[in-house]
Amino acid sequence: MFQTTRRALLFAAALAVPAMVLVAPQPAAAEKVLRVIPHADLKNIDPIWTTAYITRNHGYMVYDTLFAMDKNLTPQPQMVDTYSISDDQLTWTFKLRDGLKWHDGAPVTAEDCVASLQRWGKRDGMGQALMNPDVTESLTAPDAKTIVLKLKQPYGLVLQSIGKISSNVPFMMPKRFAETDPFTQVTDMIGSGPFKFSKEEWVPGSKVVYVKNTDYVPRNEPPSFAAGGKVVKVDRVEWVYFPDQNTAMNALINGEVDYFEQPANDLAPILANSEGITVEVNDPVGNMGFARFNHLLPPFDNVKVRRAAMAAMKQDDYLLAAVGLPEYFSTCYSVFPCGTPLETSVESGIVENASIEQGKKLLADSGYDGTPVVIMQPTDIPALSAFSLVTAEKLRKIGMKVDMQAMDWSTLTSRRAKRDPVKDGGWNIFHTWWIGADVLDPMAIAYSGNPAKGWFGWPDDAELETARTAYPLAKDTAEQKALATKVQERLYKIGSHGNLGAFFVPVAYRNNVKGLIKSPVQFFWNIDVER
Amino acid sequence: MFSFIAKRVVATIPVMGVVALFVFLMLRLSPGDPASVIAGDYATAEDIERIRAQLGLSEPIIIQFGNWIWQLMRADLGISIFSNLPVTTLIAQRLEPTVMLSLTTLSFSILVAVPLGVLAAWKAGTWIDRAVMIFAVVGFSLPVFVLGYVLIYEFSLALRWLPVQGYKSPFEGIFPFLHHIILPTVTLSVIFIALFARITRASVLEVLEEDYIRTARAKGQTERKVLLGHALRNAAVPIVTVIGLGIALLIGGVVVTESVFNIPGLGRLVFDAILKRDYPIIQGLILMFSFVYILVNLMIDIFYTVIDPRIRY
Repeated sequence: MFQTTRRALLFAAALAVPAMVLVAPQPAAAEKVLRVIPHADLKNIDPIWTTAYITRNHGYMVYDTLFAMDKNLTPQPQMVDTYSISDDQLTWTFKLRDGLKWHDGAPVTAEDCVASLQRWGKRDGMGQALMNPDVTESLTAPDAKTIVLKLKQPYGLVLQSIGKISSNVPFMMPKRFAETDPFTQVTDMIGSGPFKFSKEEWVPGSKVVYVKNTDYVPRNEPPSFAAGGKVVKVDRVEWVYFPDQNTAMNALINGEVDYFEQPANDLAPILANSEGITVEVNDPVGNMGFARFNHLLPPFDNVKVRRAAMAAMKQDDYLLAAVGLPEYFSTCYSVFPCGTPLETSVESGIVENASIEQGKKLLADSGYDGTPVVIMQPTDIPALSAFSLVTAEKLRKIGMKVDMQAMDWSTLTSRRAKRDPVKDGGWNIFHTWWIGADVLDPMAIAYSGNPAKGWFGWPDDAELETARTAYPLAKDTAEQKALATKVQERLYKIGSHGNLGAFFVPVAYRNNVKGLIKSPVQFFWNIDVER
Repeated sequence: MFSFIAKRVVATIPVMGVVALFVFLMLRLSPGDPASVIAGDYATAEDIERIRAQLGLSEPIIIQFGNWIWQLMRADLGISIFSNLPVTTLIAQRLEPTVMLSLTTLSFSILVAVPLGVLAAWKAGTWIDRAVMIFAVVGFSLPVFVLGYVLIYEFSLALRWLPVQGYKSPFEGIFPFLHHIILPTVTLSVIFIALFARITRASVLEVLEEDYIRTARAKGQTERKVLLGHALRNAAVPIVTVIGLGIALLIGGVVVTESVFNIPGLGRLVFDAILKRDYPIIQGLILMFSFVYILVNLMIDIFYTVIDPRIRY
């Protein structure tokens, strides 16, 4: 009996293996699901509380915006139907369009929008500039559909601010959530955007699910960047986070996911050669590499030493080391992204003609006293680690002493806020990149010249700050362009940072995915999946 | 026996206290903090300070520690700094995949390794013994992620038999569960099969030299009865000890396997939390892992009395 039973079990097991192979789980036939590998894990869901790009992308799923930027980098009405500006340019009146509803069914009101703008204005750099009491006199909702912004002086960036495309995006949320302290996360996700967040299916570190908001009324215009009609063509979007790039690549090749937001550049050729997969650059603006000097500490408290280091930073070397494939990078000597309206070549010769010889020459004239340079190298971010290694090599070659300190990105972000001397945990250089959409104009905090309120590295230049402050008050685009040119001139003259060039991260998707919107931010409306 | 178990349970309290203090201090004294991660690239130093204050990280360390211990005493592991969800919820979401992967790995490893070890000991010095030992050395030396990628390439991409990644609960159906768990289980098992097989071989080989084995054979016992009834049973104590240690190794081993096969388990949760400095999650999970480790040791001690009646507490 025992023998018989054991044989039966073995027989059953032998049958079970092929059965398991054949009985693969199948998705519900009626539902159209877009399975996405996002570029990062969605750890927090409040896009005003954090600037994380993944939370910004989540914000675009759930929330809507009053204005949105189109492919010409021009803000277009999104939730707003019509708007008017008084002759003295001090009163802006916005009328909300019909049919706007929160996900709980309540109508979107102007009061909600006022509260949302106020919360955003306490966290975002452009928001703080706009809501500054010197600029804004009042922001009110005289009726359920009307928002009135009264200014104390004409301000040229009203629409650029409330229509900005990247973090922090001024997303609209119900008043009861918008009244949350901006330094505390909102606890629920009720928006008016094209998708609803399925909170009960959210597994931080693994999976995020959005379902189509059937009540959403899209605009009639075709999609263009964040602007235009947000027509949802799938029932669900699932973001499945992969901590391992190889596994993500294999899952895409095997058809277990449809879309891979940011495959590593070295995987792109493998994916491109795989059957049924398209690899392309979807972000026309790209990212700008950045080597940041600490202007407070020696040796980079000396402008001549900063410019000597800049003069050695040949962009091709950085881009080749960090990106590798020439089709995914390009040199760009303007501090404002190449191909965008404020691109300029003023004073860019120092970057364009960068070489070790030039760096050596400038260093010899700088009075550099041999102070070691502490470079913070984030080993967990390959591109930035590569940037750090190239800088170390270049600085050594021009005659500087280098103290390379390896750490993880989290440690770096904490340490870069320290203004202390090196012996007390300070630093001299770190590397990062900005997505192009975040550094389109002089208002970007990266270009600050005010050490009290500016970004890490703390350059101090009154001329730079004067030009930046004047920029939003400019009367026309010609004046804006002149001020931006002045900003670049000062940034290069004071050796604000090393400009390491532009690079582009490709996306990969299966060929049954249609309708991707070319944009610096990946949106999931307009995308269809053919099953 | 009851008093032994009671004493061991009571003894876990000071051990957990030391672990709690150690984990807390290690995190607070290591560089990096969650406020700077939250603040992001656009933040000024002022923003970071404000977020730090909001999170309670500006308080003196002793106050922070006191607050945490007070929470623990109320069975509250705290709220994740980033996701704003209770740590217990996050652990509950991730517990099942890790437990299932651990159980399938342990079961598969024991089922394969013990017979292999016994066979190697029985056929000591022959090609079978050498083959098992070569497998053990290779299995021990092969990095988990390399084996994982090789298996994915062969069984998922080339043959298309099994999925590359993901996890399905057995409550959604036993076939989808097995379909997804086979590759990670085999990948993670190889190192444990190697470990258990070596220990089993050594223990059984030692026992096979004993007088009572010779006596059993002299009395005409079949080789099967000698091996399983006499040798393996008497060799079981060191094997069970190593299996217990294997459970502790498993806690570390699942991190890589969960990443390679994209399984949303506890290993990945703690790894992500460390990178982001999500203190409540790290603290909660390390405490939980320590507790599991202590519990496993206690169970092994109790199990000794079952397999060896001479052991009494």
